Amino acid sequence: MSQYKEIVSNGLWKNNPALVQLLGLCPLLAVTGSVVNALGLGLATMLVLVGSNIAVSLIRNAVSDAVRLPAFVMIIAAFTTCTELLMQAFTFELYQILGIFIPLIVTNCAILGRADAFASKNSILPSAIDGLMMGMGFLCVLVAIGAIRESIGSGTLFNNMQLLFGESARGWSIQLFGEGYRGFLVAVLPPGAFLVAGMLIALKNSIDSHLQARAAANKVKLEKGSKRVRTTGQVA
Amino acid sequence: MAFIKITSPHAHKPGNTGSVMQTVLLATLPGIAVLTAFFGPGTLVNILLTSLFCLAFEAAFLALRKKRIAFYLKDYSALVTAFLLALALPPYAPWWLIATGSLFAIVIAKQLYGGLGYNPFNPAMVGYIVLLISFPLEMSSWPAASPTLSDGAQLPGIIATLQQVFLGVPIDGYTGATPLDLLKQNQSQLISDLYANTSAFNQGRWAGAGWEWVNLAFLGGGIFLLYKKIFTWHAPIAMLASLGLLAALFYDGGSSTSSGSPLFHWLSGATMLGAFFIVTDPVTSAVSVRGRLIYGALVGALVFIIRVWGNYPDAMAFAVLLMNFAAPFIDYYTKPRTYGHKSGPKSQA
Repeated sequence: MSQYKEIVSNGLWKNNPALVQLLGLCPLLAVTGSVVNALGLGLATMLVLVGSNIAVSLIRNAVSDAVRLPAFVMIIAAFTTCTELLMQAFTFELYQILGIFIPLIVTNCAILGRADAFASKNSILPSAIDGLMMGMGFLCVLVAIGAIRESIGSGTLFNNMQLLFGESARGWSIQLFGEGYRGFLVAVLPPGAFLVAGMLIALKNSIDSHLQARAAANKVKLEKGSKRVRTTGQVA
Repeated sequence: MAFIKITSPHAHKPGNTGSVMQTVLLATLPGIAVLTAFFGPGTLVNILLTSLFCLAFEAAFLALRKKRIAFYLKDYSALVTAFLLALALPPYAPWWLIATGSLFAIVIAKQLYGGLGYNPFNPAMVGYIVLLISFPLEMSSWPAASPTLSDGAQLPGIIATLQQVFLGVPIDGYTGATPLDLLKQNQSQLISDLYANTSAFNQGRWAGAGWEWVNLAFLGGGIFLLYKKIFTWHAPIAMLASLGLLAALFYDGGSSTSSGSPLFHWLSGATMLGAFFIVTDPVTSAVSVRGRLIYGALVGALVFIIRVWGNYPDAMAFAVLLMNFAAPFIDYYTKPRTYGHKSGPKSQA
């Protein structure tokens, strides 16, 4: 069980693809202008990641080392095509907004990275969970950046959610700062994405170092001159 | 009798950042005076507000970074950033615009990178660009210079200024197209007709009413700084030379598609402010003499290119930021040869 715990914490926090590995930055920066765009691309990426991890794990003993990367890319491309067709079928407007960034999921290094670093060495269930958690970590960062950029840049939150959740979501849009808010344009422009991503990375690092400092403070300090207790047998 | 041998450099008193920055502040005074004379008290309010915000942000972030607040505030660098930002912003800008610009200049462009000396980009220009791309309407509404005002109209008084800045009560009919705007928007008039027909030009002598004097005042301040040896002549002169050279090359004698004469480019917009107060920033520009020549010349070229073929009427800030990117690269290839070493970066490895 501890193995799965490790996978979950790696994907969501310790080895987060967007905040720690800094992989897949191109979609991260390009489509996070609003929550709905970020969520759409995040879900698509997660779907591809889970699918490709499972498939790569299935064939991991049949593919030789020399051709493994082309094989992985083919698998990822196949899943990306599936996702693209699904989006065309069910969320056509969002598909048009995200445009080139859906086919570009193929080139997202986070996905190829997981295929090569994890799925090609592990069995199916851990690989699937790893894909899900890495995708979830990526999705969370994407949505966080999208929310920050949308609220600062245009003063709304959850605008146009009907593109993803159907007509009932039309009323989800929240006007944050009143009608008079002019919008701080730099937040929705590319520099805003870099700024917000950088701030989130800084925030994560500061939380980590804070936790580390607290853990160090809580550790029992040995007094100088205290004697070591000799133990025998195993401690469970 | 003992002669104490001292090797060069022979500094006769210790220099420090604070006194250099104070001299720079002093040198902006003629420009500030002329801007106030032509555009009213808006510039002074700008300076007051940017100084207030910049110093406050600087102090707050020094406190957060656990640095000595008084020591770093006394180097006057935040105040220089504040002055340059204030001079670049249009007078009568609303207070929230000024606060946002100061925030980006001091916090994002300076303190987050590690404070004075570690900032790769000129803080004032970062603040200006963030505002320019975020709030194009406010940033492009320059007031009309006093000679171009219609009969009976006057420069805004101090009450009207404060109302505009803090309450958003608009002052009637105070905005006007700058000479650079007019040249950019010019569709069909010959340059000579444009000069004769528009008050922004025919009230002026060489390059547009008001603006030519603003630029000459900053040129005067720059010459004072050169005399004080605050910086060397290389970067500003290279910048002005390349701007003038390109303007001369592309000047077609004044047709309707003309891009303006060298004199026009030298004396309009932020040319002189940029050449002597921004291109010469010791932190963000190239270091060696050759590097400064290249850096300045490329800034001048970019200013001309963006002014003539770009979307924005003036280009100083964009040109400087783009070249800030390139400054380390220029430095790498223009390392001066040290005595006993062969020249070129590769042989020094």
